Order: sequence, then C-alpha cells, then structure tokens
Amino acid sequence: MGLENQIFESLPDVITVKLDAVINWARKSSIWPATFGLACCAIEMMNSVSARNDLSRFGAETFRASPRQADVMIVSGRVSRKMAPVLRRIYDQMPEPKWVISMGACATSGGVFDNYAIVQGVDKIVPVDIYIPGCPPRPEMLVHAIMMLQEKIMTESVKDRRDTIESESRKSIVPGTLPVTEGTALEDMARLSDVKPYTVESKHERRRSS
Amino acid sequence: MSVVLENSANQFDVLDQSLESQMTISMGPQHPSTHGVLRLELVLDGELVVKTVADIGYLHTGMEKLFEYKKYQQGIVITDRMDYLNPLGNNLAYVMAAEKLLQIEIPERAQVIRVMFCELQRIASHMVWLGTHCLDIGAMSPFFYCFRQREKILNLIEAASGGRMTPSYFRIGGLMMDLPAGFERRVNQFLDDFPDAMDMLETLVTGNTLFQSRTKGIGVISGGDAIDWGLTGPCLRGSGVNLDLRKHNPYSGYETYDFDVPVETDGDVWSRFRVRMREITESYKIVRQAISRLKPGPTKADAPKIVLPDRDDMRKHMDSLIHHFLIVAEGFSVPEGEVYHAIEASKGELGVYMKSNGGPKPERVHFRGPSFVNLSALPVLAEGEMVADVVAIIGSLDIVLGEIDR
Amino acid sequence: MNTEVLQNFVTNLKDENPNWVLDVKDALGEVSVTINGEFIVAICWFLKSKKDFDLLADLCGCDRGVEEDPRFEVNYHLFSTKHYNRLRLKVLLTEDDPKVNTVTSVWRTADWHERETYDLLGIKFENHPDLRRILLPSDFDGHALRKDYPLRGYEPYSLT
Repeated sequence: MGLENQIFESLPDVITVKLDAVINWARKSSIWPATFGLACCAIEMMNSVSARNDLSRFGAETFRASPRQADVMIVSGRVSRKMAPVLRRIYDQMPEPKWVISMGACATSGGVFDNYAIVQGVDKIVPVDIYIPGCPPRPEMLVHAIMMLQEKIMTESVKDRRDTIESESRKSIVPGTLPVTEGTALEDMARLSDVKPYTVESKHERRRSS
Repeated sequence: MSVVLENSANQFDVLDQSLESQMTISMGPQHPSTHGVLRLELVLDGELVVKTVADIGYLHTGMEKLFEYKKYQQGIVITDRMDYLNPLGNNLAYVMAAEKLLQIEIPERAQVIRVMFCELQRIASHMVWLGTHCLDIGAMSPFFYCFRQREKILNLIEAASGGRMTPSYFRIGGLMMDLPAGFERRVNQFLDDFPDAMDMLETLVTGNTLFQSRTKGIGVISGGDAIDWGLTGPCLRGSGVNLDLRKHNPYSGYETYDFDVPVETDGDVWSRFRVRMREITESYKIVRQAISRLKPGPTKADAPKIVLPDRDDMRKHMDSLIHHFLIVAEGFSVPEGEVYHAIEASKGELGVYMKSNGGPKPERVHFRGPSFVNLSALPVLAEGEMVADVVAIIGSLDIVLGEIDR
Repeated sequence: MNTEVLQNFVTNLKDENPNWVLDVKDALGEVSVTINGEFIVAICWFLKSKKDFDLLADLCGCDRGVEEDPRFEVNYHLFSTKHYNRLRLKVLLTEDDPKVNTVTSVWRTADWHERETYDLLGIKFENHPDLRRILLPSDFDGHALRKDYPLRGYEPYSLT
C-alpha cells in the first residue's frame, strides 16, 4: 500500500503542473544540511538528528561534510572574526539552490558576546533565511525551522536560484589562495594581482538587496 | 603538474621525486571529525604524519575580556558557553573560585547537589565523547544510544535549572534554587536504567574488534611525557599516572565519597577510551551515594549581601528586597586578592585564576582549559601515525573548541 | 588551610639563592611568590628537579591597570603529581619592555600558554621556539586583554 498504488489508481498518465511547484516540492523534501558545527548549538544540532528528535522525518537528516553536496547551511554557534572568511568561503562553495539557517542567539545577533572577537550576526556575511532564537535553541526549534524553510521553499521561483556565472565567480578570490583552474600557476598569479572583491554576491543576494 | 612533466627530460624522474616529497594538507576548520572548528596543518610523507601544526582560535570569543566587564554573578552565564559539554563543571570552578575569595561556606545540601550534578554532567559529557569518537572511527549506531542517555540527563538538569545545556545552576554562595519536588525519584529512575544501557554500550563498542584495531597502539604517550605536556584527566590517567583532583586536591566534599580512580598504563587511544568508560561507572557510583545523602536543608549560604534572597522572602521582608536590588543593580564587592582554583572536570584539570581589585567586577579571570592543554600535545601523539589515525587521536583527547579558544 | 608545607618551599628557594625571591604572599590558603624575572628558568628548574613540581598547571598574564607600575604580571601555577601541592610564582613586568624568559625548556606545556599570553597581552617570551599569535588572526591589531583595549575593538563595528 505505497504511494505508488494510490497515484496509479487516482491519477492519469500525464499531468500538467507548474514547474516551480514540482521542483520546489522535490527540493523541500530532501534538504541536505552542511555540517557546520561551531559551538554549543552544534551539539543541539547533533541532538536533533539523534534518537528523540529524528530530523529524518522531514527529509533533512543527511548531513554532508562537503559544502558541494549541501543545500542548507545551519550556522550553529558564534562566528568569530577569524571564522568569518571561512564561513563565507563555504557558503560560496555551496551550489545553488542554497539556504542559510542562523541557529541561536550568537549566530543571529552575537548573543551575549558583544565584543571584539565575535561577528554580531551572521547576516553580515551571508544572507539568512531563517533565524532561530534561543541560547541554545532546543532541537525541536531546529526542526521547526526546517519546516519553516520548507514552507519558504514552496514560495520561491526556480529562476532566482541560478548559480553565479563562472566568469563572475572568478572575481571572488580570497586573498592568499589560488583557485583550481586549467591555466598555469603563473597566469593565476597574474590574475590575482588585480584588485579582487573578497566575494561576489550571488544572484539571490542581489535580488534581495534590490 | 602537467606543466612540470612537459618541461622535464625524464618524466619518471620527476614523478619519483614528487612521490618522495612531503605534502602539506590542511584539515579543517570545517571538518566533521575535528569536533568543532579546529584546523590542522598536516605534513605528510605518503600516509604517515611527519608533523602536525594545530591552528586554533576559530571560535575565539573574547570571554576572558568579557569577564572583566561583567559582575561576578554575571560571569557564571559566560562559563556555561565555555566547555559546553560540561557546563556545570565550569560553573563549579568559577563559583568556587569566587567563594574562595569571598570566604563563604556552602551548606551541606548544596554541596551534595553540586557533586551529584557534576557527576551527572560528567556522564553526559562522556556520552557525547563516546558517540562522536565512535562516529569518527566509523561506528554510527553508538552515537544514537549515547545521545539517548544524554538526553535523559539533560532532562534532569532542565528540571532543576530550566536550561538543558546552559544551566547556570550553581551560584556564588549555593544554588540557583532547590531541587523540584520528586527529583530524587527521577534521578533514581535514570540510575536504575543506566547500568543496562552501559552494558549495551560496552557490548557495542568495547568488544568490537574493528574498534580495537583502530585504537590499540595508536597515539602513544608515556606517563613522563604526558606530565611534561601538561596532560590531565583521562588523558593522563590513560598513561599510567594516578592523578585525580577529586582524590588528591579534594573539593566540595569529594573526600567523603567512595570511588576509584581508573588508571590504564598503555598510554594509547584504547587506554584513554578504557579510562573514560570506567570513569562513567565511577561517576554513577558517586551519584548513587550523593542521592542517598540528600537531606532537607538550606541550599544557599547565609550571606544576604551576596546571595540573592528567595522570592518568598522578598515579598515579606523589606531587607530582602533591598539586598536583592543592590546585588542585581550594583553587584557585591569582593575583597582584594587572587586565587587559583582547580577542579577535575570531565576532560581534566579545569583551573580558574581569579583576581579581584575589591570592586564588583573581577580584574582578571583566566580559565585553564583542560582541552587547550591536552590539544597542545597533539603533535607528539600524531607523529608517525597514519592520517586516518589522527582522527582517532583527536577523538581520544576529547577536546571542546569552546574551551580551547574561549 | 595550612600553608606550612608551601612556606617550606619558599624557604628552600630563599636558601638556594637569596636574590630569587622578592616577595611572598600567603593568603586564602595559597602561597604566591613574587620572583625576580631574570632567574625564572633557574627557579623553575630548581622547583621541578629538586622539589617535584613536575606539572605546570597554568601560566597566565595579567594587566594590572594602565597606571600601575609595573603594569604586567605573569603567573605560573605549579603543581606536583607527587605531593599534590600548588605554588604560584609571579613575575612583574614593566610596560615599556614586557619580556621574560620562556620556560618551555622546563615544561613543554608552557609553549601554548606563553603563545596565548603573548597573543592577548603582548608579553614577549624570549627564546620561545615559535612565538606567534595563537587565538587571534595574525593580522590582528593590538592585544585584546590589555586594559586600554576597548571591549569592542578598533575595527568597524559592522563586523564585530
């Protein structure tokens, strides 16, 4: 008595749907988070996938260590100034469509740590879709945030979620690092000598800010 | 690579050289098995680790600076977020240092409750260590069983303090408030179930030959070296040195409890694993003893200018209301002086250096995090091991980056 | 708490070399010995080899205040795994030239402690094998734990 039986009985062979609707439905049903554990909230994030709060009920339990395979970045914990460039780098490495959940007071606003070391809100570095309050938030709150994100995904349009054009993304080079290219190392060095922006806004970000 | 090959006369020469040469890889800060945001630079010869350079500070929070701007009682909140697997241990170290400066005595009941919670927290902390350690090595299922047990302990902590991971339950001069009604029953319920769960974990992990072959003889450090590198806690006891501050520098009445200090002699990952596993059982014994010692009594010291009064008192007595107002608005001044107080946290010696200049805010608070010191020995432990074993060694050190970077 | 045992160690230090000990404070069950910074390595070797203080539990710096002179102090918390006593050594340093010899040759654990103290307070440890910043990024401006360093730092507040 699976879903297949019911679809077989009740639906015709060919149906017409809105492309956005079906793609978003597929996207929201299997959100893969990137493991981005930073501090205390990371433990609650681990808790949310463990026995009691099984996040896999919502299709979001497959934590990926590689940002290339991830859809949502759960920034769980305080972001230090030393970590900020790394965080942005990982965000840039994630392919579109990508979303960000800012988990906990520290990631959202700096929390109790209003000082020289902590970035006062991760939204200064990456665009955030869902904010979770709490210090640390309970695992249930993270589950709720994932559900809210799923609702949000359903309202999006596929057109807004395209990767940055490669020629543009080349512009964003973190100082002191070499990108992997087909060219020789010397050519890369020559390219690096131009002043490069630290990062290029994604299409999605540009749309939000306009 | 291709460019080099084209220019060279003999391609194979170059290939051979490049195979012999050492390679540096960067591990972290976003790596699933570095327990947070640790970054390692590994110099490799093939698969063998030649040199390890640990790069920390990716979670530097400026806590020690922040302490200087907060009143003594506000600092407790910050300590929760330091070693977030063992927040009550941090609370205890901080609070006891302040109490030493203030020279106030804590009532018996508060002492017993503190010991009970510290040991429960130690079990919870070791549960996270066991789960993640196994996860790093490749066993998935112990993680779920460990977190299930930890969840039960967090429920107990939540029942008493209102917070799961950031309780701030110990206050200067006692406890935040007394235990809720029926708490002993809940602890006993947990304790009754726990030995079975522990047995299951032992069967799942300890008897596992894969686990044994990944841990035995890996990351060896001798007792003398371990002391030289400042290792404390299970890492030191895994190298055959019997040092437990609960026994040798007793505090909070630990000298009256009956428990053993597990010591293993091999100094490898397996020894450290065995020490922690046996420690869980010892902690279980201490909780059992503590719960039987709970007798009705006050949970706050008799120091009205330092300890917040009960809500009930504030409604009846003007004095209490005034004291409450003064403590919250201005804080209490602590006599000039400096102390270093060390406790045995779940990861080793957690020391607090606190210096007061006579005002309501400390002049300097420094935390000696056991993880910080234990991690500094990583280059010695990892030298000559395989890359994959570095993960096992980091797991066996049981580090928490919140405490390392502070 | 009885500090008689600890006082004996201080007497031993004084007997060994009268120039070593500048001041002794016995308070709250702890003995704090202010020592002459020039002899730090010799004193530490003496305490480690003769008096069994084999574990350097902690090393931390402290800024006593901008007006104070000497402004900085470095505290060495020694512990023994044989007789389980603790002793605090204190070295006072002036603002103009805050430097002291490293004790990494005595206890290797001092390595990271000294780097941290250098990072946050700017106290230089001479002959340290690898004295660079440990917690803060290498391009960080200033030393965060100094009293004249603002809590929120100098950088634009947008990020911090």
